Amino acid sequence: MKLELRGITKRFGEFTANDSIDLVVESGEVHSLLGENGAGKSTLMNVLFGLYEPTEGQILVDDQPVAFSGPGEAMAAGIGMVHQHFMLIPVFTVAENVALGDEHTRAAGILDLESTRRKIREISDRYGFHVDPDAIVEDLPVGVQQRVEIIKALVRDAKVLILDEPTAVLTPQETDELLEIIRQLRDNGTAIVFISHKLREVKAISTRISVLRRGRLVGTADPSAEQSELAALMVGRDVVLNRQKSAPKVGEETFVVRDLTVLSPTGQRIVDHVSFGIRQGEILAVAGVQGNGQTELTEAIMGLHKASGSIRLDGQELLGRTTRQIIRAGVGYVPEDRSTDGLVGSFSVAENMVLNRFDQAPAGNAVQLSPSAIREFAAQRVETFDVRTQGVDVPVSTLSGGNQQKVVMARELVDGLSLFIASQPTRGVDVGSIEFLHDRIVQERDAGTPVLIVSTELDEVLELADRIAVMYHGKIMGIVPGDTSRDELGLMMAGIQHEVQHDQHTVTQEGTRA
Amino acid sequence: MSSTATTERPERGASRSSAQTTSGAGSSGSVMREIMSGNGMVTVLAILLSLIISALLIIFTNQDFLDAAAYFFSRPMDALAAAWTAVTSAYAALFRGSIFNYEASSVTGMFHPLTETLTVATPLIIISLGIAISFRAGLFNIGGQGQMIFGAMFATWFGVHLQLPAGIHLLLVLIMGILGGALWGSVVGALKAWTGAHEVILTIMLNYVAINLVTYLLYTPVLQAEGSTNPVSDALEPTALFPPLIGDSFRLNWGFVVAILATVFAWWLLSRSTIGFRLRAVGANPTAARTAGISVRSMYITAMAISGGLAGLAGMAQVSGTEKVLNTDVAGSFGFDAITVALLGRSNPIGVFFAGLLFGALRAGGVTMQVETGVPIDIVLVVQSFIVLFIAAPPLVRTIFRLPQPGALKARTSADPVTQPLAAGVAASTTATADGTTHAPAGATGDGAGLADAEEEATADEADVSSTPPDSGPPLGSHPTAEEVHQDEDARRRAAGEGEQL
Repeated sequence: MKLELRGITKRFGEFTANDSIDLVVESGEVHSLLGENGAGKSTLMNVLFGLYEPTEGQILVDDQPVAFSGPGEAMAAGIGMVHQHFMLIPVFTVAENVALGDEHTRAAGILDLESTRRKIREISDRYGFHVDPDAIVEDLPVGVQQRVEIIKALVRDAKVLILDEPTAVLTPQETDELLEIIRQLRDNGTAIVFISHKLREVKAISTRISVLRRGRLVGTADPSAEQSELAALMVGRDVVLNRQKSAPKVGEETFVVRDLTVLSPTGQRIVDHVSFGIRQGEILAVAGVQGNGQTELTEAIMGLHKASGSIRLDGQELLGRTTRQIIRAGVGYVPEDRSTDGLVGSFSVAENMVLNRFDQAPAGNAVQLSPSAIREFAAQRVETFDVRTQGVDVPVSTLSGGNQQKVVMARELVDGLSLFIASQPTRGVDVGSIEFLHDRIVQERDAGTPVLIVSTELDEVLELADRIAVMYHGKIMGIVPGDTSRDELGLMMAGIQHEVQHDQHTVTQEGTRA
Repeated sequence: MSSTATTERPERGASRSSAQTTSGAGSSGSVMREIMSGNGMVTVLAILLSLIISALLIIFTNQDFLDAAAYFFSRPMDALAAAWTAVTSAYAALFRGSIFNYEASSVTGMFHPLTETLTVATPLIIISLGIAISFRAGLFNIGGQGQMIFGAMFATWFGVHLQLPAGIHLLLVLIMGILGGALWGSVVGALKAWTGAHEVILTIMLNYVAINLVTYLLYTPVLQAEGSTNPVSDALEPTALFPPLIGDSFRLNWGFVVAILATVFAWWLLSRSTIGFRLRAVGANPTAARTAGISVRSMYITAMAISGGLAGLAGMAQVSGTEKVLNTDVAGSFGFDAITVALLGRSNPIGVFFAGLLFGALRAGGVTMQVETGVPIDIVLVVQSFIVLFIAAPPLVRTIFRLPQPGALKARTSADPVTQPLAAGVAASTTATADGTTHAPAGATGDGAGLADAEEEATADEADVSSTPPDSGPPLGSHPTAEEVHQDEDARRRAAGEGEQL
C-alpha cells in the first residue's frame, strides 16, 4: 500500500499550519517526520487521519484520491494512528479496549470478546508484544499500554501506522523495545510514519526523513545524515549539540545527603538509604529509569515528602523544615513536571515568576503585593531568559512548553542560590531551548553553586554531569565520573552493580547509541 | 522486556492511582474555571435569555392569554395582545418595585423601591463575597447558610445581652458576627486540611447542624425572648443596630455601607494581598502552590475562615440591619442564592457586588409584581435559575446568539486532556462522527499563534503521562482528628463567652 499526501495545506484563519506539503510513504518503509514542537507535524497527521479537513491538497491511497470525513473512514482505509496521549479507557481490559468502536456481538447483543482475544494473542505472539488480553489497562506500564494502541491499529488491519511522538512517554529501555517492534512491523510490510523531534531515534529507525519547520517541508534527509545537520534543518540555524563545557572548579562540599529514606504510603522504600554529597561548582546528575525513586529524592530534599536520614546544606539540617523554609535557605528547584508542580497555568507569566517569593521584595511585603514591581521584575527575567511571550500579563498556559520551562528556570535561577536542583530540566522542550537551558545550568555551576540534576535522558546526563549517580529501585548503584560510557551507565540503570558486570547481562543499546 | 514490565508494575500501578485522584480533582477544578472564565457578553445575554424564557412562562400562565388563545386562529391579535400586556405589565411592575416607581405620588415613594433593592441586596452581597473567595481557593463552600446562622447567633447574643455605648456595641456585635461565621467555616477548612474530607459534604452537613442548633437555642433561655413561647429572640439593643442610612422612612441602613466596604476588602484581598495570592494559587493548582512553599492546608483553613467570616457578617447585617431579632429563618435561602450570585459575578468581588444588586432588585421587585399583576414571585426564582443555568453553559448561549467560540483553542492548552484536540479524535473514532469538522471552524476563528501554542502544549504535556505527581492528600494520623478540632472549637467558643462576661 502506498499513501501519498499531495500539496496538503491547512489554514486556521490567517495562520497556515501546513503549507503545500508532499509526503509519500510506502509499504516496508519508515518515514520519519522530524520537526520542533509547533512545526505542524500533528496538524498534518490529523489531516491524514480525517480529524481535520485539508484547506487544499489531496490524500491518495494507492494513487486513488480519498477524502476522510473522520477517523472511522481513515481506519477503514487501512490507516492506524497511535496518539501521543493514549486513547485507552483505563478501567477496561486490553481486549475491551481493542474491541471498542468495532465490537462484535453474538445473539441478543452480547459482546463477543473471544475473537478479539484470539486476534490479540495472535498479534502479540507474532511480534513478541507479551500483552495479556485480560489485563486491566491501568495496571500496565506505559510501554505496554502503547503496544495495546499498536494492537488496536493492527487488529483493524492497518497498512499504514502513524506514531505521534511515541517515545515521549517511554523509558530508554521501552524506547529500544518500541524501535524493535517498529522494525518488525516494517519488515512485515507495514508502512510507518514516525513523528518525533528526537534526532537519535529518527536516525536509528528511518528509511526516509522529512523535516518540517513552521508548517513547511524544509527538506528531506537520509538517515545517515549527521545529527547536527538534522538539527540545523529543524531549527533553521546551527545548533551546538555536544558542547564541551569547561572542567569544574570545585569548592567545598556544602550539600550532603546521608541515609535518606523515603517510604511510600504502603511502606515500601522508594528511596533507600541514599547518601551523596555535591561540592560547590559541580554538577551531580542522577541517572536512572523513570520511577526508581529520583522524583521522590528531589521532593524529599524540598520537604515535599516525609523522609528520614539527614540533608545538610551549608552545615544546616534541611530535613524536617517546611518547603518554604528550604526555599528561603537558598534552594532553587525546578520540578519534574512543570504543568502540575511548576506553574499555575491560569496565573500570568508575571505571577508565576514570583510564585515562591511573592511576599518578599521586590514583589511585595508580608501583607501586600506590588503588581507594578512584579511586572517589572518579570519583564526583566523574561528578557534575561529569552522567554517568547506576548507579555508578562498573559496566562502562562498560553506559552509553548519550552517557554514555560524557561519561566520556571527564570524563577528558580536567581542570584545567591546555595543549591540548585532541576528534575528533567528539558523534558518536552524543543532543541533550541534545550541548548539555552543547558547553558544556564552550566553557568550556575560556574558561579559556584552545587547543582543536582535528575534526568532519564542519558544524553542530557552525559552533557551536563561532572559526576553521575545511577539510581535503581531507590538505591544508588554507584557514583561514577561524568565521562562514563553509555553501556556502563545502561547496565547500572538496569540494576547491575558498577563493579560486578558480566558479559551475559547485555542490554539492547542499539537505539540509544549515539 | 517482559521482566522489565513485571518489575515496574507495582510502582507504576501506585503512581497511576495517585495520578488519577489528582486529575480527578483537577477536572472538577477546570469546570469551575470554565464557569468563571466566560466573558461579560455571555453574562448579559444569559440575563436576557432568562428574562425571555420567564416571559414565556408568564404568558402561558396568564388567564387572559389562555382565553384569547382558544380562538387564536380566528383572531390571533387578541392572543398576541394579551401576551404582550401580560409580559409588559409584569416586567413594568418588577421595575417599579425594584428601581424607580414612576407611578408614585411622592419623591420618597419614587425612590423607595431602589432603597429596598439595596436593603435586600446588602446581606446577599456580603455572603456572596464570602462564597466567591472560597471558590477562588478551589473550595466549593455550600455552607454559607450555616455560617450565616452562626454569625447571626453570635451577633444576636451580644446584641441582646450586653449594654454598651453606641458605636462600641455595634462594632462588637459586628466582630462577633464575623467571628461566629469564621468559626463555623474554619471547622470545614480544618477538617478538609487534616483529614481530607470533602468540603461539599462537610458544609452541607454542618448546615443541618447549624439550623437545628439555632432552632434549639431559640427554645432555650440562651437566645429565646423572655416570656415568649415562639423560637424568636429578644430585639437587639438599639445600640447594636445599624442606623438608617437616609432617614427613618426607609429600611436602608449602614449595613449597605458595610457591604461596599466588604467588596473593597474582598477585591484587595484577592488581587493585592499576599494571602489572596496564596489562596488563588492553591485554588488554581494546589500541587504547584505546595511546591512553591505555600502551605495548602493552612490556606484551606484561612480561606474557609474568611469565607465563613463574610457569611457571618451577612448574618449580623441581617439581624442588626433589617430583622432586628433572630428567628430560625434568618439565613433563609441566602446560602444558596449566594452560590448563584458568586457564579454570576464570576467570583470577582466587583462582579459579585453587581450580581448581588441584580438579585436584590429581582427579589424586591418580585413582591410588587406579585401584588400588582398576580404573577407569582416564584417567577423571579425561575429568572435567577435560568441566568445561572446559562452562565454555567456558555456554549449554549454562544450557540443561540451565534457568538464566536472564544478561547476554543486556548481551552486545549489546559492540562485537562479532555479538552485536547486529540481526545476529540477518540470520541470521533469511537462514534465515527465528523468531529474534526467541528474543530476546524473553531480553529478558524482563533488566532494562529494560539494554534501553534496548542500543539506545542500538547507536546509539553507528554511529561504528565509518565510522571508521578506528589501525593497531595494530607497524611492521616499525624494531625489533630476531627474530634480534637471540635474540642478546640468548643474551647474557643467558651473563651469567647468568658471574654464577654468580664
